[in-house]
Amino acid sequence: MYLDDAFRVKVGLAEMLKGGVIMDVTNAEQALIAEKAGAAAVMALERVPADIRKEGGVARMAPIRKIREIMAAVSIPVMAKARIGHFMEARILEALAIDYIDESEVLTPADEEHHIDKRDYKVPFVCGARNLGEALRRIAEGAAMIRTKGEAGSGNIVEAVRHMRTIVKEMRQLTVLGPEELVAESKKLAAPLELVQYVAKHGKLPVPNFSAGGIATPADASLVMHLGAEAVFVGSGIFKSDDPEARARAIVKATTYYKDPAKLLEASEELGMGMPGLDVSKLDESELLQTRGW
Amino acid sequence: MKRIGVLALQGDFEAHRKALEEAGAEAVEVRTAEELERVDGLVIPGGESTTMLKLLRLEGLFEPLRAFGERRPIFGTCAGAILLARDVANPPQESLGLVDIGVERNAYGRQVDSRVARVPLAEENGGGEMEAVFIRAPIIRRVGEGVRVLARYNGDPVLVAQGRHLVATFHPELSRDRRVHQLFLGNGQ
Repeated sequence: MYLDDAFRVKVGLAEMLKGGVIMDVTNAEQALIAEKAGAAAVMALERVPADIRKEGGVARMAPIRKIREIMAAVSIPVMAKARIGHFMEARILEALAIDYIDESEVLTPADEEHHIDKRDYKVPFVCGARNLGEALRRIAEGAAMIRTKGEAGSGNIVEAVRHMRTIVKEMRQLTVLGPEELVAESKKLAAPLELVQYVAKHGKLPVPNFSAGGIATPADASLVMHLGAEAVFVGSGIFKSDDPEARARAIVKATTYYKDPAKLLEASEELGMGMPGLDVSKLDESELLQTRGW
Repeated sequence: MKRIGVLALQGDFEAHRKALEEAGAEAVEVRTAEELERVDGLVIPGGESTTMLKLLRLEGLFEPLRAFGERRPIFGTCAGAILLARDVANPPQESLGLVDIGVERNAYGRQVDSRVARVPLAEENGGGEMEAVFIRAPIIRRVGEGVRVLARYNGDPVLVAQGRHLVATFHPELSRDRRVHQLFLGNGQ
């Protein structure tokens, strides 16, 4: 099931995005800035997570007219977000021939029990995860890319770090277990045995694992790359800063040269203030985006 | 054993590193001009050509890479094919111009048009069929003199060679078949 041609093509695009930065944009002008700065893809959305947080209300799929403008403006892949469980927003995005759909906890969930059955789409999906069980359930539903959730719109890297460390550690632990222990583990993770066995054998997910939710500086990007991210999503961090163009460029450079402190210093040198951040531990449970999705 | 670099600015460089090792080479990641000096050949992987171009310019790697190509073999897949081409369309963009071909970016369409195909391989390269994974792939619209077409899909060249360089519009690194990487390692021997 996981190695058929249709699925390989979906994972293939995720492979091409590795080592890159996927930037949230809300219009064609921002998309062009992102492309010019070296973004590997852009994510079209109605409002960046920091604004969704501030303004409240129901956050939905972006207006189609906006997404079309963005698709027409740039030659790099364009992704868009659909609400968790909203399989018709996803169908509309597929009809639009979007390159990737993010079934995202940043938008207001449409279904509090079910995620989209993603296997049935021609367009690939990316989903958020906080731990290995969540990641494997999303892959079982057909996700061709996982991104750790972090806490979107917070400008605070702490949750992105927690989620990446959790998944990497849980994967490592599986590699030392015996076959009968994996059966028990599969039950505990609430994930298919076949996927648990894959992770135990390879020490990694069967799809690329990117990082999201709180990346605001070149240092943040290089930190999550060191912890095991294969690429990064930057949401509010760029267009909520004082210097979107320079910051976008700097984060691209930091993601490529994450092992090279001298290059990271160069990337950080000219930047002003980042986006204002939030102390995630002070947020009320109901204000957290990461707890959406099951 | 040949020491082959994989340009690791962005893209599926990890898949190429593994493919090269399976094909019998020592593979190393290349991100700087100094690292480029220490390899016998280079792979430019798949990824986003605009991102790679941006970093090549920003890091002063563009000219060293072109000079490297004057002496040593380069194998470009997809984004790598676009960077090696002489002319690029849709939209036009700068390139190294080391192989005399004209390419059109994203020529099959968007991701929904990405596909896995089987293409016949020329007799002198082993013949038979080969799997070809196309991801938002370019199409080679023009082939200059001295460029050899090694495989076609739907009539368009998808694997071509000129002198020491090799170009694929698809991703042999995403298939199990290592013949294309072996072909590259045979170049310039």
